[in-house]
Amino acid sequence: MNYSASEEEAGLPDKIALERDVAARLKGFDNHRRNLIPILQDIQDHFLYLAPEAILMVAEHIGIGASEVYGVATFYNQFRFHPPGRHPIKVCLGTACHVRGGDIILENFERKLGISDGETTTDREFSIERVACVGCCALAPVAVVDENIQGHMAPSKVEGIVLGYKIERDRIDRERENEPGEPA
Amino acid sequence: MKKLTSVKDLEIVGRECASEQLKKPKTITVCSETGCLTCGSSKLADAFESEIERQGLSGTVSLRRSACLGFCERGPVSIILPQKICYLQARPEDVPEIVQKTLGGNEIVERLVYKDTQTGVRLACVDDIPFYKHQMRLLLANNAVIDAANIADYFAIGGYSALGKVLAGIGKDEVIEMIKGSKLRGRGGGGFPVGIKWQTTKDAPGEPKYVIVNGDEGDPGAFMDRSFLEGNPHGVLEGLIIGGYAIGANEGFFYIRQEYPVALENVQLAIEQARKCGLLGKDILGSGFDFDVKIHRGAGAFVSGESSALMNAIEGNVGEPRPKYIHTSEKGIWDKPSCLNNVETWANVPLIINNGVEWFKGIGTEASTGTKVFSLVGKVNNTGLVEVPMGIPLREIIFSIGGGVPKGKKFKAVQTGGPSGGVLPESLLDLPVDFDELKKAGSMMGSGGMIVMDEDTCMVDTARYYIEFLAHESCGKCIPCREGLRQMLNILNDITSGRGKEGDIELLEELSETLQEASLCALGQSAPNPVMSTIRHFRDEYEAHIREKRCPARVCKELITYEIDEEKCKGCGLCMKNCPAGAVEQIDKKQFKINQTKCIKCGACFTACPEKFSAVVKKSGKPQEQAVAA
Repeated sequence: MNYSASEEEAGLPDKIALERDVAARLKGFDNHRRNLIPILQDIQDHFLYLAPEAILMVAEHIGIGASEVYGVATFYNQFRFHPPGRHPIKVCLGTACHVRGGDIILENFERKLGISDGETTTDREFSIERVACVGCCALAPVAVVDENIQGHMAPSKVEGIVLGYKIERDRIDRERENEPGEPA
Repeated sequence: MKKLTSVKDLEIVGRECASEQLKKPKTITVCSETGCLTCGSSKLADAFESEIERQGLSGTVSLRRSACLGFCERGPVSIILPQKICYLQARPEDVPEIVQKTLGGNEIVERLVYKDTQTGVRLACVDDIPFYKHQMRLLLANNAVIDAANIADYFAIGGYSALGKVLAGIGKDEVIEMIKGSKLRGRGGGGFPVGIKWQTTKDAPGEPKYVIVNGDEGDPGAFMDRSFLEGNPHGVLEGLIIGGYAIGANEGFFYIRQEYPVALENVQLAIEQARKCGLLGKDILGSGFDFDVKIHRGAGAFVSGESSALMNAIEGNVGEPRPKYIHTSEKGIWDKPSCLNNVETWANVPLIINNGVEWFKGIGTEASTGTKVFSLVGKVNNTGLVEVPMGIPLREIIFSIGGGVPKGKKFKAVQTGGPSGGVLPESLLDLPVDFDELKKAGSMMGSGGMIVMDEDTCMVDTARYYIEFLAHESCGKCIPCREGLRQMLNILNDITSGRGKEGDIELLEELSETLQEASLCALGQSAPNPVMSTIRHFRDEYEAHIREKRCPARVCKELITYEIDEEKCKGCGLCMKNCPAGAVEQIDKKQFKINQTKCIKCGACFTACPEKFSAVVKKSGKPQEQAVAA
């Protein structure tokens, strides 16, 4: 995986803030074991991944070992232990998508972004993940980019989506450069 | 909505909601399910909302954002009631015309209605469109008249009246007798008789008891349960409350996979609405029966759809299955009696209570009663959600409803039952779809995924695909499943990449038998089905891969070659432009050639070549000129 971008650059919360936020979230749950998965989901919903510090705090809250929390968290596909890209790309490889060429779509994203399934680009803009089925089989092949479902994917659409984000980013960069107050 | 305190209240509110709806004689229903939303149904509905207002029709026309209307292939789907006019793929710019002609007047916008692919005839009414005509929509019948976010819609069609009947005087045992009598079988895959499961849980010692909705629809290629939960959550909830009452449970769970955010949201909303109306909570409708439900978000593990694994997950543990000699109906969540049924199973319960046992038994076959919802996908013209009576032949589903295979390709096989099921070839197309017949043919009903495959689908690759999925999803608790699947995957990877050898097929068969015999849960026991059934029906394809090192369907990358047909090539150069590997070389002004040593077989040139030229061809077998000069 790529971690060359520094955490600050990627806008990740610093450790103290993270611990404070996790502690606040834990207050919403009692220490019953059945809350373990809901707590982990809540933390990931908020921080987009499970940081090691968060895992330790959850373990302490429920009163079990951190290894057990890891055991549960790593069992399920949902949980991530590294921050995803700003624009997570999920390529569906369910049966219907497979039959209609979902793997070609995955390959195209991988090639276009220069990363493999499960990785994040060095600038933390994109990450690619293969998923089993998003349940939109009638529109196969399907990819989910940022929470938007893209149906009837084709290699040319992959180009278009990535290009779209690039243009958007360039525009934001340009606007930042032109911000008032800075010498022209 | 005020709190209902008696069955009589419920009847009154049902009548009120129904007459409220009649105040506006016309309704435009826009499908607002994930599939149609992707095709822009939200913008379409917004356009209708403002246009109805603008044309001053707000008093006579109501807009409904509804559950899945089924015909996902042609989304967004909208239906105008009461005429049942169906518009397909309408865009916001079509809206003013539709509102003016069809909602304001009685004219039909011809270009937006279904056009029969063979005859070219335009069919406006839902009931005439072949996709709908050959179905029997009971569970999905109400989708066009329900907005999931509005409990009043459900009341208006007699929603919760089955619960009312039960609480007003049908005894607990009588409810279970009815379910037993209806011969309803579990829709999750196994087809276990539901009534017996309920009885076992009721009779099992231990308090409290739990009832659970299994909405962990993990089968890739299936989305029936998502549609129920998104579109008509109250229908499922009503079934669950009735089940809780009959079994003697005061607490229920919805286990819904987190990949379905809309389903989670709609079920949450339905629960809150039901609570407000007094259909959940203490003393439901003044009957003295207390019942409430919680949602558990499934964190993504295929094996957690297995009943005992699902219960482990609810407890906050790793979702691994437990040994099968302990029945979850006796010792489930926290070792208490727990009755788990699939989403569709629960949705059938109110139908049986309302219409009676005899009515339900009259649908389907002797041993498999009622209807079954399938998600018909893959290489088929009309993909979507279909509901048919049990016992209907496969051919009717795929050809009459599904409209056959697109682009004039030849049908090869249909896969049912997800990763635990098998493929059925053309010779078995007249097989009636019911639990026992499918099992006999080496497949299974499963939860209802039905994936159509044409001549371009490789059967060895299909088997490899499922085994790869299962090997990844195996929890690793028992050795036959964990190691057996890994070895099967290795062999299948070898075969599909041209390293197959004599004896591989036999070895696969031997491993399959071990898995079937020795695995702990249904995942491992049924995992060999895709391999066994493809070997059984398509052994020649395996042999072509192993002996001739070619993939007859031209899918397995290592065993195909892309070439440019000199005669057909017009020299447009699109192939070269699109090739990511720089493998397309220009020989002279109007001639291109693929350098086989550089080709990564991504197929970009094949898709890029304009259809009218079709100069890039895909051939079965390894490249002939391996030694092309670099």
